[in-house]
Amino acid sequence: MNLHGVKAIYRFEMARTWRTLLQSIASPVISTSLYFVVFGSAIGSRMVEIDGISYGAFIIPGLVMLMLLNESISNASFGIYMPKFTGTIYEVLSAPISPLEIVLGYVGAAASKSIILGLLILATSRLFVDYQIAHPFAMVGFLALTAVTFSLFGFIIGVWADGFEKLQIIPMMIVTPLTFLGGTFYSVSMLPPFWETVTLFNPVVYLVSGFRWSFYGVADVHLGVSLGMTVLFMLVCAGLIGWIFKTGYRLRD
Amino acid sequence: MSNVIQIERLNKTYDSGFTALRDVNLSIRKGEIFALLGPNGAGKTTLISIVCGIVNASSGTVLADGHDIRRDYRAARSRIGLVPQELSTDAFETVQATVTFSRGLFGKPANPAYVERVLRDLSLWDKRKDKIMALSGGMKRRVMIAKALAHEPDILFLDEPTAGVDVELRRDMWNLVRGLRERGVTIILTTHYIEEAEEMADRVGVINHGEIVLVERTRELMDKLGRKELRLQLAEPLATLPEALSDLPLSLEAEGQELVYRFDARHDQGDVAGLLRRLDEQGIAFRDLRTRESSLEEIFVDLVHNGRKGD
Ligand SMILES: Nc1ncnc2c1ncn2[C@@H]1O[C@H](COP(=O)(O)OP(=O)(O)O)[C@@H](O)[C@H]1O
Ligand SMILES: [Mg+2]
Repeated sequence: MNLHGVKAIYRFEMARTWRTLLQSIASPVISTSLYFVVFGSAIGSRMVEIDGISYGAFIIPGLVMLMLLNESISNASFGIYMPKFTGTIYEVLSAPISPLEIVLGYVGAAASKSIILGLLILATSRLFVDYQIAHPFAMVGFLALTAVTFSLFGFIIGVWADGFEKLQIIPMMIVTPLTFLGGTFYSVSMLPPFWETVTLFNPVVYLVSGFRWSFYGVADVHLGVSLGMTVLFMLVCAGLIGWIFKTGYRLRD
Repeated sequence: MSNVIQIERLNKTYDSGFTALRDVNLSIRKGEIFALLGPNGAGKTTLISIVCGIVNASSGTVLADGHDIRRDYRAARSRIGLVPQELSTDAFETVQATVTFSRGLFGKPANPAYVERVLRDLSLWDKRKDKIMALSGGMKRRVMIAKALAHEPDILFLDEPTAGVDVELRRDMWNLVRGLRERGVTIILTTHYIEEAEEMADRVGVINHGEIVLVERTRELMDKLGRKELRLQLAEPLATLPEALSDLPLSLEAEGQELVYRFDARHDQGDVAGLLRRLDEQGIAFRDLRTRESSLEEIFVDLVHNGRKGD
């Protein structure tokens, strides 16, 4: 095991985060805070409670997930795309380091950053909205699982992308719509039955539902299903990455 | 002597369908400086990239220090350092950070003293805290060399190390290469500056259209394929060559001021004494004379363009 190598990649990626502190930490925290101000305080104060939870508190887990997904994907995809773009990837490809170790370095750093951000946003939101966390360990568990899963997904996008446009198209065209339609701002059970069924094909529903359960003990779908779907998606991503390294797809000619 | 790189029946066809390497067999000896020469597109970078693990071979085997580069890639790659042809560096990192990164990436524990030595050898120590993007092109190339040396490799690949490099860096680079060789590092380089191969390399391999055309000790290659040339500055210019000398490979140059005698060092040793005697018989006097051997460059152009093979 080349632990020095994993550490080198991890440190390099984290250094990039600290270097761009404003963009990588401050900007997501500020934009999420705006959601709290608008939806939590301003609009939320006129909304009825959902499942006995004030609207402001209800949307917190969803908003954190929204940010977590976007940040995990963009961090991990950027992390592997940039060396491909600048050509510095040659060094990683020529190093005595296994695919698993490369992924540990890149995905580990992207996920770490997302988790830190998630916790920062939770702390910030406390300034605007009062909320409880019923199952703190489960909450951190979901946070970490989602961060890792979507960082893996981002890694795949970063390998696949051969231009900046492709790098952003999936997060913009697929992930953002899915998160908005994934029960961030409402409970799935509030939808008409037909749309409720359609929604169940949206993987984000399971993430948000499980995460919200760890806060308030209520969920749109069964907890086990939430967990199962997340783990399944993670395994699919891990499998795809295995295939990428095996075939050299877009990494080695 | 043992082979530190052993390439057997290596083929590479890119996804585009283009075959960049055909049945390449090549052995590099431990501790030598080996120059790979070939025109653009010959397959030099492809060959190096396969050995270093950046490109997958289509078929064939490569052993680095006895380790198969696929099955035993960790052992193989940890011995190899690569300075690629393209200048690609992380703009925002500092010089010291990027070299330290390289060392870690290759699985070596941190060793600031060693990194310092590498940076000093490459005149980068004063710039260690500078961001790479603030450096000149020549300095960036030094950084790439430092990165390649960061994990103390036994085998160093330099892909066109002196292309577009200033005189000072070139001189430093060759000093470094000599120093590395003294420490037992094997060096494989590609270059367009053939005088350098001639001066530096123990052996030369010529590759063209993905095939190794010949591999030869530099000295022997020049002896074998080199041409020699004798130039006589005539006392009186000649309008035409005398009939009596027409059996010799002579030509008049510089408006009849110079008589040039060219011969193939491979086939005959040239009969210079005989030539001078016959000139004397013809009453042709000369003021001065020079001899010159053809450079590796000329040999190379010959090989590549005429497809002439060495024996
Ligand atoms: N990724 C690639 N896909 C298709 N063809 C390639 C690729 N890389 C290089 N080639 C082709 O392979 C040939 C050899 O290239 P290269 O090894 O870079 O030659 P050299 O380094 O000797 O100039 C060239 O004709 C080049 O166009
Ligand atoms: Mg090349």
